[in-house]
Amino acid sequence: MATKASHPNSLSKKEAAIGGYFKAISAIIWKDVRAEFRSWELLSAMLVFSLLAILIFNFALELDVKTRQSVTAGVLWATFAFAGTLGLNRSMSIEKDRGCLDGLLLAPVDRSAIYFGKFFSNLAFMLIVEAIVLPVYSVLYNTNLFQPGLIAIILLGSVGYTSVGTLLAAMSVQTRTRDVLLPILLFPVAFAVLLSAVKASGGFLNGADFAEISFPINLLIVYDIIFIAISFMLFDAVVEE
Amino acid sequence: MIAVKKLVKRFGLKTVLRGVDFSVQPGEFVALLGPNGAGKTTFLRILAALSRPTLGEVSIAGYKLPDEATQVRARLGVVSHLSLLYNDLTAEENLRFYARMYDVENSSARIAAVLAMVGLEARRRDLVRTYSRGMQQRLAIGRAVLHDPQIMLLDEPYTGLDQDASSMLDAALKAVAAEGRTIVMTSHDLARAEELAARFDILSRGIIVASATRKQIKKNNLLSFYKQALAD
Repeated sequence: MATKASHPNSLSKKEAAIGGYFKAISAIIWKDVRAEFRSWELLSAMLVFSLLAILIFNFALELDVKTRQSVTAGVLWATFAFAGTLGLNRSMSIEKDRGCLDGLLLAPVDRSAIYFGKFFSNLAFMLIVEAIVLPVYSVLYNTNLFQPGLIAIILLGSVGYTSVGTLLAAMSVQTRTRDVLLPILLFPVAFAVLLSAVKASGGFLNGADFAEISFPINLLIVYDIIFIAISFMLFDAVVEE
Repeated sequence: MIAVKKLVKRFGLKTVLRGVDFSVQPGEFVALLGPNGAGKTTFLRILAALSRPTLGEVSIAGYKLPDEATQVRARLGVVSHLSLLYNDLTAEENLRFYARMYDVENSSARIAAVLAMVGLEARRRDLVRTYSRGMQQRLAIGRAVLHDPQIMLLDEPYTGLDQDASSMLDAALKAVAAEGRTIVMTSHDLARAEELAARFDILSRGIIVASATRKQIKKNNLLSFYKQALAD
């Protein structure tokens, strides 16, 4: 055997297992990023959708300056949520279509490592899309969105949405109706995260005191922790036949 | 090396495996034959720790499934009719990814050795999407042996291959078998099974109905043994 796990003298079993766990997470992130920057299959779909969505909202709503501030949070999170669903679906479909999900599941690592690998790469893709959408939105709607507080809220919301989305995408990809099933499963579950994110972002953009928006921010943090913990515990059961 | 006792697998109300008893000795090459829907793939997926048995005992290399699945997976190499490879990565990148997943030591040297074994060194920097089906299947064998597993599970590896590609896959499989690995292969292709395997088990309607070694079957008579087993 060429695997390190079979050489007890080189590392203790526990250290080797922990090292293998993080190596598997980083391998999945490396693989996803490398493949994506070659094919642009996932990012291009998410980006085109997001840019079209904010463009359509811009012309459809015909807003004055004051109203723009009040709808920005809703428009942004609706765009992020739909674009995120596209990305989550595609990310798992790539694994499923050529049997690569089985390839991942055959690896001798705890299956939560596979979950975290997919979660971090999905999160990275979502953040890349958001980083491109924010300046375009700022120009179109004449609103400065590059504020550290808002960026922190977007990060928290994206973590919650992607964490539960990765779990549900792994579940829906096993079905024939995966394209339809993921949003049907994801939106009701992620509703609380999206609502908290919209409330916190809206409050921040409207100049509310931190005390006023601390509740939705705290809720976001709690949901992030709960969703990651639940996904960590359930992923093995979700992917096993 | 592999011991299966009274294995039952149900999907809802449908029973796919109905009490399979099966064992394989170290270094043995066993062909698992049977018609479509006999349960061959389900059986192999249970051996590969991809599916949980409903009832029964499965032990591989001394480790029990599903409790010790991680230890079992470290000792298994799996090839199926799907390549389990990423189209947008090169052959070398695919192997590097799996080497990290399996925590393979001296991965660069091992990857080079595996690419040489499957005859793809010259195309190692080409994207897998540019490979023919036969080349993808040879690379899939390279992926499966990368971590030097004791046991190989092959699920219909010849599906979709033309004559030339099948011959090249033959050579790759013979090289793998010559290294003393234990191999279980499902196939519809009796001629190839007869050429490669040392033992033939016939699975029909979720149960093994017949088993014979190469010595017990007269040369070129696997077809009549197979037909007789299914008829009984």
